[in-house]
Amino acid sequence: MAPVLELRNITKQFPGVLANDHINLTLEEGEIHALLGENGAGKSTLMNILYGLYSPDEGEILIHGQATKISGPTDAIRQGIGMVHQHFMLVPVLTVAENVMLGEESTRGLVLDRKKVAAKIRDLSQRHGLEVDPDIKVENLSVGVRQRVEIIKVLYRSANILILDEPTAVLTPQEADDLFGILRSLRDQGVSIIFISHKLREVLDLADRVTVIRRGRVVGEMQTAGASQAMLAELMVGRQVALTVDKETATAGETVLSFENLKVLDNRLHVAVDDASLEVRAGEILGVAGVQGNGQTELVEALTGLRTVQDGKVFIAGQDVTNASPRKITECGVSHIPEDRQEDGLVLSFPIYDNLIINTYYRPPFAKGMVVNEKAIVGQADGLIEEFDIRTPSAAVPVSNLSGGNQQKVIVARELNRPIKLLIANQPTRGLDVGSIEFIHQQLVHKRDEGAAVLLVSAELDEIMGLADRIAVIFKGKFTAVVDADEVSKEQVGLMMAGNSLEEALANAPKRTSKERDIVT
Amino acid sequence: MSEATSSAPLPEAAGAPPPVKTARLRTALLYPILAVFTALVIGAILILVTDKAVVNAWLNFFDDPMGTLRLTVQTVGKAYGAMFEGSLNIGGIIRGIGAALRGEGTRQLTIALVPISESLTQSVPYIFAGLAVAFAFQGGLFNIGGEGQMLVGALCSVYIGFKLTGLPWFVHLPLAMLAGMAGGALWAGIVGALKSYTGAHEVINSIMMNWIAIILSSWLLKVGGPMARPDVPVTPPVLPTAWIPRLFDTPGNRFHAGFFLALFAVWLVWWLLYKSTLGFQIRMVGANPKAAKYSGVNVKRLWIIIMAISGSLAGTAGMVQTLGVDRWVGVGFSSGMGFDAIALALLGRNHPVGVLLAALLFGTLKNGATRMQSVAQIPVDIITIVIALVIVFIAAPEIIRALYRLPKTSAEEGPVFTKGWGS
Repeated sequence: MAPVLELRNITKQFPGVLANDHINLTLEEGEIHALLGENGAGKSTLMNILYGLYSPDEGEILIHGQATKISGPTDAIRQGIGMVHQHFMLVPVLTVAENVMLGEESTRGLVLDRKKVAAKIRDLSQRHGLEVDPDIKVENLSVGVRQRVEIIKVLYRSANILILDEPTAVLTPQEADDLFGILRSLRDQGVSIIFISHKLREVLDLADRVTVIRRGRVVGEMQTAGASQAMLAELMVGRQVALTVDKETATAGETVLSFENLKVLDNRLHVAVDDASLEVRAGEILGVAGVQGNGQTELVEALTGLRTVQDGKVFIAGQDVTNASPRKITECGVSHIPEDRQEDGLVLSFPIYDNLIINTYYRPPFAKGMVVNEKAIVGQADGLIEEFDIRTPSAAVPVSNLSGGNQQKVIVARELNRPIKLLIANQPTRGLDVGSIEFIHQQLVHKRDEGAAVLLVSAELDEIMGLADRIAVIFKGKFTAVVDADEVSKEQVGLMMAGNSLEEALANAPKRTSKERDIVT
Repeated sequence: MSEATSSAPLPEAAGAPPPVKTARLRTALLYPILAVFTALVIGAILILVTDKAVVNAWLNFFDDPMGTLRLTVQTVGKAYGAMFEGSLNIGGIIRGIGAALRGEGTRQLTIALVPISESLTQSVPYIFAGLAVAFAFQGGLFNIGGEGQMLVGALCSVYIGFKLTGLPWFVHLPLAMLAGMAGGALWAGIVGALKSYTGAHEVINSIMMNWIAIILSSWLLKVGGPMARPDVPVTPPVLPTAWIPRLFDTPGNRFHAGFFLALFAVWLVWWLLYKSTLGFQIRMVGANPKAAKYSGVNVKRLWIIIMAISGSLAGTAGMVQTLGVDRWVGVGFSSGMGFDAIALALLGRNHPVGVLLAALLFGTLKNGATRMQSVAQIPVDIITIVIALVIVFIAAPEIIRALYRLPKTSAEEGPVFTKGWGS
């Protein structure tokens, strides 16, 4: 029997980049096929070709053995291909049913037939364990459920080939597990799935087969049954990758950052950080573990001068910096890797060399009085590009043209390139590939070893377990526990992240085993 | 790191810079030129269809095909000929140079230079007003209040110009100029401050400030009003000690030193935006205010500074027109120039040099239109339409691309590396 989908020799050239170089990919009926590759390897380009958004320069697409052309998303859906994007395409003020029928409305005369759609959604939802109420407004749904709505949208249009682009990037670990359950159920009912990811464990966990691409070429295709993480990582990156973080035991010095009874409000003026106190010492990494949305964002913004502190005090190196300006805090010797690199950390339209100085532009050597010193600015960029392995044809390229990993490296290069006492890193590796994660982790540990205090906020429990010397668990804006990383297991921290106290967690989860600090991707 | 990561070319990297850069330059120059050309062609069609003789000739085309075509070409030729003669007069200048070389004196040449001088003179306020809008745009602010700021600038400079007496010119002129700049800066600075401290949007407030300026001026300038003469609704004349000097004494040649001030302003704005730390902050706030805040820029203070500088440029537009050309101010002083400035910024792509070129074009077209009306009886409104069309074509480059079958530049199709976290 012919495979459901076959891509033959797909080639796509962009100016200066061969994004896809004679790529072959075969999707059998009822399999989950992972497409694994680093950021910028050409995964999204390939899928955009399959979805009709780009036309390939060379090669052909076969559906059920028949050569076909896909002229656009509508055509792709007509041919049974449905795509769930990383960024959801939903209208928040409409209900699930309305979102699902958008563009393909069922009507009775002039009236929308919501009931019919809702019934069909309930049916789909039950069959696949999606658990979505068709009458609820999308704005009231969590990210994980919104993603299910996207999947329903695709199934509603009778797609039998489902493409998911980095679906777990926005999910909590629990939500990711739920998603995997749904995808397996879909597979068992005959849906063929392409699962795009750069997370090795997910690929091994979920997929039946995997195709690895690197720099636009297929470098391997295999059953996941016989594959290991190390093997896939090496294929993907092109060299051996350290999946664990090498670090010595911390030698903590004096307190660099401390805050007491901190109270911070979120954008809706609800209390986001509530009576939080903590100390971070020189030479240690303190990891803040917590499910996303428990006040981490607001905490970091308050510490870096971006959000008003309602109550409490913040001290950095003994200086009271409560409600000081971001500039003042930076000048106290603080670096900040912000949570959202494109929103806060970069000016996307600016070239790399300008982004490397956005918080030091006013100081020598980058400025002489009021005059910018272009020589110094451009001059330092080349060195940093090499040192921090930012992959770009030149320092003059706007950062918007870089892949996510390289954008993050620009920020890391900028923030770690000056002598600092404190590094505040919020989700520093979110959405990055193994190679970039490894690199950024090394840099964090390196800064710690140089004697900086590091406050690491991450929703990835593996990252916290792998890097932190001490762990503070945040739940609903309060620190429920601050413990030495050596004393707790991942499961115990997980329980505390769900709101259990330290005692409950220690009693109800397995103890830490000898080598807890394992895989961090 | 390792040898595997250092080899080139890297697919990680986006489009190589050279094609992107040339494509940018191409869109920056080619599109405006084609837009102006297309607008003039459509203007020509409008001239033809509104001309009864031409329409009649075409209705009876087969009676005299050659005559019809001749008449068509002649009509357009006469109109645009008059426009170019009235705005540039290149033929006249060449003849004038010839006469001067033959030893017949320079009188013919100086007269021939009047049209082009007038075009440059009319461009001067456009240059300042366009710079004002473009500068604010670069900082992410939409200064739609150029009209009011120009008016306030004109009023402040004219007041110093006629009120202070007995000063030597080297004190009086700078004072009057500074007053105009300060007036505009204040008028726009208020808008900036309102935005910073109350969150009020600058577009709404700058429109409101336009109205305040206009109503204020009609009170100040009404017959017998605080700044008006007792008999007519205009201010007393500016004293000669506050005049911006005119550079030719040929009658009708109003070319004044303000033109060089405008060129200096183009350079200064360019320098401020691209060579100073202030400009770095301004462009950063314009491109991503959240990142600017993150990087330690005091965004609220900067908004006020941006508006004040923008307003001082608009104020200068009113000031140079007052001290260099009109030498008095009446009701209805700027009549839409503050809004034309938005078009100039658009046409010039918010770059000072682009604004300069666009302003020279506007000044030339407006000046030529007057001549076209008197010689060829074509209403000046045709030129207003041509300018409007230029703006439409610039705002919607797809039209130009479709008309001239221009390929999409590779830079426009480039790989999507920014759509989200993954590859």
